[in-house]
Amino acid sequence: MKRQLPLLVVFLAGVFMVIQYFVPAEFSEKAYEFLIDWTIIIGIFALALGIWSLIRVSYHKIKTKQEGYFYSYVALAGLFGMILFGFTFMGGLESYMFTHFFDHIMIPIQSTMFSLLAFFIASAAYRAFRARSVLSSVLLIAAFILMARVIPMGPLSDAVTVVSNWILLVPNLAAKRAIWIGVGLGIVATALKVVLGIERSYLGRD
Amino acid sequence: MEQALNWETFWWTTLGVFLTLSTFSFLYKDNPFYKFAEHLVVGVSAGYFVIILYYNGLRPNLLDHLFMSNTWTPRFDQLYYLLPLILGVLMWARFSKKWSWVSRYPIALYIGIATGIAIPLEMRNRVIQQVYGTVGQTGFDFAKPGFFGIPSGIWDVILVILVIASLVYFFFSKEHKGWFGGLAKLGIYTLMIGFGASFGYTVMARISLFIQRVQYIKSWWEMFT
Repeated sequence: MKRQLPLLVVFLAGVFMVIQYFVPAEFSEKAYEFLIDWTIIIGIFALALGIWSLIRVSYHKIKTKQEGYFYSYVALAGLFGMILFGFTFMGGLESYMFTHFFDHIMIPIQSTMFSLLAFFIASAAYRAFRARSVLSSVLLIAAFILMARVIPMGPLSDAVTVVSNWILLVPNLAAKRAIWIGVGLGIVATALKVVLGIERSYLGRD
Repeated sequence: MEQALNWETFWWTTLGVFLTLSTFSFLYKDNPFYKFAEHLVVGVSAGYFVIILYYNGLRPNLLDHLFMSNTWTPRFDQLYYLLPLILGVLMWARFSKKWSWVSRYPIALYIGIATGIAIPLEMRNRVIQQVYGTVGQTGFDFAKPGFFGIPSGIWDVILVILVIASLVYFFFSKEHKGWFGGLAKLGIYTLMIGFGASFGYTVMARISLFIQRVQYIKSWWEMFT
């Protein structure tokens, strides 16, 4: 019963949502909006589980004085500081500290982390660029032409622009479309498996 | 005329530059500066999303239905919104080993709704729209000039063939031999060009971000000069 009833809930909710998509009536749209609200609310309560997990792991590290436990203080200070500054009594989303923490802590670190990938990608590119097969050479040439087009000072020549446009609008578009169709069919197949109760790993173990 | 230094901007920017350099220090090796920045961004990002989800999710989708706006006076016309609230609270049964099975009900409802929405939407957006974009929307105009002086209609036909070839490559229920194997081979070449293009774009996007970070440090340095 602990597993069968949730499976029935998935089936009924899934089938209802599929049917409502094909019913162009006001009650159908209302039901859709209402159930979307439900998923948002449940999702937000699930986020609390993640936050609690972060607090628990950090607290455990501090309590047991594990190696580098000082950094857990930093994570907790960032978390509670941001929550405190973001609440209404401190000024909400427009509060001075909340916006400055976002602009001068979150944005610089996150953009730097993404830009760090330029170095790791360059190292991956070096390995990829040592083309050992025809297929890797094809990948390398396509990548090189595209990179030559989007360099900061503009495309190298008109020929580069024409060839890169051809790459983007013919083989690249064909590859992307085939991938999208494949991904779409994969998602639909997996969703059907979930609705029909064939895939049930999301229920966890007893 | 020399402009006066704005100390407030200076201190905040100095903090940003310090954190930028701390993060870049990972290029040397994992070190305390990087660890500090890493843990700080984890905490700050988690706190940021708590606040964003409260203001953009919980408040408009739940609290505004149960309470009068900006006050905590209850309203009784939409009490059915207590149901998702109860389901949300049931998620927290995960904290208890004995009652964790209760959290399966909100998860089941969430999964049921999400998959139910996904089936027709994904079928329309990813499958039907892409097939329509490949065959239905293409002009097949053999008079209009296309790339390299070849009419665009010919490139449209090639596009259709390349999409089919790429899909054939994904089809593993039949052995890739004979004409089928040849088409699959054409498909893998098409996919390689696609991956190459994506790779090239990703590299350049990261490099643009790196240039942006260097400009940020330069703007801080210019405060002194």
